[in-house]
Amino acid sequence: MRILLVEDDPTVRSFVLKGLKEAGHNVDQADNGKDGLYLAIGEKYDIIILDRMLPGGIDGLNILETLRGQKNNTPVLLLSALSEVDDRVDGLRAGGDDYVTKPFAFSELLARVEALGRRGHNESAPETSLTVGDLSLDLLSREVRRGGQKIDLQPREFRLLEFLVRHAGQVVTRTMLLEKVWDYHFDPQTNVIDVHVSRLRQKVDKPFETAIIHTVRNAGYILRPTQD
Amino acid sequence: MAEDRPPSRRRFPPWRRKQGEGRRRHWPIRSAGINFALGYGVLFLISATLFLSFIWWSSTNLLNRHVRAFIETDAQELQKRWTYGGAPALGDAITDRLEQNIDDDALYLLTDRHGRRLAGNLPGWPVAIKRMDHFYELTIRRYTFTTPAEFKAYDLPHGFRLIVGHDIRGRTLLSTVITRTVIWCAVMIALLAVGGALVVRDLFRRMVGSIARTASAVASGDLNHRIALTGSETDLVAETVNTMLDRINRLMEGVRQVSNAIAHDLRTPITRARNQLEEALFSATSPEELRTAVDRAIGDLDHITGIFEALLRIAQIEAGSRRSAFTMMDLNQLLANMAELYEASAEEAGLNLHLDIVPLPPLFGDERMLQQALANLLDNAIKFSPPDSALTLRARPVPAIAPPGHSPSECSPAGLEISVQDQGPGMNDADILRAHERFFRAESARNTPGSGLGLSLVQAVTSLHHGRLTLTKANPGLKVTLFLPLTQDAEQTTRKAPLTEGPS
Repeated sequence: MRILLVEDDPTVRSFVLKGLKEAGHNVDQADNGKDGLYLAIGEKYDIIILDRMLPGGIDGLNILETLRGQKNNTPVLLLSALSEVDDRVDGLRAGGDDYVTKPFAFSELLARVEALGRRGHNESAPETSLTVGDLSLDLLSREVRRGGQKIDLQPREFRLLEFLVRHAGQVVTRTMLLEKVWDYHFDPQTNVIDVHVSRLRQKVDKPFETAIIHTVRNAGYILRPTQD
Repeated sequence: MAEDRPPSRRRFPPWRRKQGEGRRRHWPIRSAGINFALGYGVLFLISATLFLSFIWWSSTNLLNRHVRAFIETDAQELQKRWTYGGAPALGDAITDRLEQNIDDDALYLLTDRHGRRLAGNLPGWPVAIKRMDHFYELTIRRYTFTTPAEFKAYDLPHGFRLIVGHDIRGRTLLSTVITRTVIWCAVMIALLAVGGALVVRDLFRRMVGSIARTASAVASGDLNHRIALTGSETDLVAETVNTMLDRINRLMEGVRQVSNAIAHDLRTPITRARNQLEEALFSATSPEELRTAVDRAIGDLDHITGIFEALLRIAQIEAGSRRSAFTMMDLNQLLANMAELYEASAEEAGLNLHLDIVPLPPLFGDERMLQQALANLLDNAIKFSPPDSALTLRARPVPAIAPPGHSPSECSPAGLEISVQDQGPGMNDADILRAHERFFRAESARNTPGSGLGLSLVQAVTSLHHGRLTLTKANPGLKVTLFLPLTQDAEQTTRKAPLTEGPS
């Protein structure tokens, strides 16, 4: 993907830049709001990562508002040290698509960037079914089959699986699952998400020869179709 | 040029001139006390003048009517004399009356058909009197002075004519007295107004002064200073300011507590991370060891970040700024979802999560904050429960105290109660009292992961909803109860809800 990174702190910038490049992305960078806005308007990106507080009079929200004012709908991920709920709401209301608070784990940022990039591609056509490898989900009848065999899932388990399938091949973090599947925005101290994923595995992976839901150490989970 | 300006304009420095002119363009006095007293004086003067004018008007009216009635009665009397004895009898009667008139205010004139004076004390027929049976008010000359007088002329048979009059200099006297009274009143009122102005200004100054002194004391750092209540109207302001100062003081106390806690409780994980990194730097022999050390340090840093987040969130909630997100919300759905989320973890930990939920009415509150509070309670309960024990999530509406004659079920609930009960080690009484403090961890909990901020956050969220957090011993275990009042307009409920309650 072609990504624009606007971040003024050189350490954070080079850290994110290096990580994104290693993940195979093509990254342009800017260290102030003016250059960032110039690039964001002039070039075509799959996703823009914006720091909220930038030097030079133009901050992240200004850039975001200008882009949205020009009907530019490039997905924007806001990066900020402001973590209060209201700040997050401000950012999303201004047209941001996701919000990551500093300090962050790179795996979290990468997972969210890839999820956003994916969303930009296939949001056009409403689907009625999803298929990954031998797993298929019927979104209307809420029926799940794997290799022709029907799997019974609770409503929440279905939503969890649907989210994983929609992001098949990408890492999804525990926080992402909590936010997107449960719509919760707090940090649980216990391993609630792990437990739910492990229950889902009991139904989706255990009866079959190969597992499709994998744990990624220090990051989260990935649903990877069986290679056959 | 500055010299051309009227003096009142020069009172204002250039940057304030516009504002000053806009507010009182033609009024140079800015002291509220003096303006108040002046206004009061002018008002008093106007009312005194009105009052005295009314007295003047009604008493002259009365006098006039009196004089006219007297004249008419007198004339009738005299005309009767004419009927009995003609001109001589009338002349005698007039002379008699003049002799008996001690006040010397009666005026008479009797003339024959040639206009000659037959009797009376008027020197001649006044030129102004032309019509009969009509009252005239004339100024006449008597002895050495002039005086106003009321006259009426009558035709008698055979061309004789009679004038009956009355000296009304009494009215002039009254007018003089009243005019003098008005002038003296004005002088006295002016004096009283000026004196009052000074007194009122002083009063105002003293009232405001006490508030100003307190404010400046607070501004210079003495937060314990309070405005003395005097029982006057400024008490309203004083009380509000005092309440505000109390709140500021509490917030400052909170900030102080937090900074102490940060100093103490954040240093520990930071030190640990630092030591690990240092140790690895000097003594790690393989990349594996180095990687493990860095990994652990990152874990410690994440823990520190978590503490920061929690502290900031608590501070933000306690500052009361989060009320903007309040909506009418359905707690039943929230409880069902939370139960569903945590039921799995409870089962994983070998615990049995019992639900005992009576349907709740909608509540005016912050959904995310209540989610977070409930999550903290369930996290805690799961963390401290021994395997194979039970965990109960209860929720029920709390009825208001029923008025006599009504059963409690008839009136709408006063609030609702949500509780989480475990069968863990519980807490002793001393720990329960301290449980809501930031970073407090009971001795028995030292070895479990956690920051000691979970209950502080629950406490803050409860206070935000004007509710009450209660910890009770469940023997075995601990029961944590949130009471949330159901007031529609939460602003009206008391803001000073007790922050914590011990075992009840």
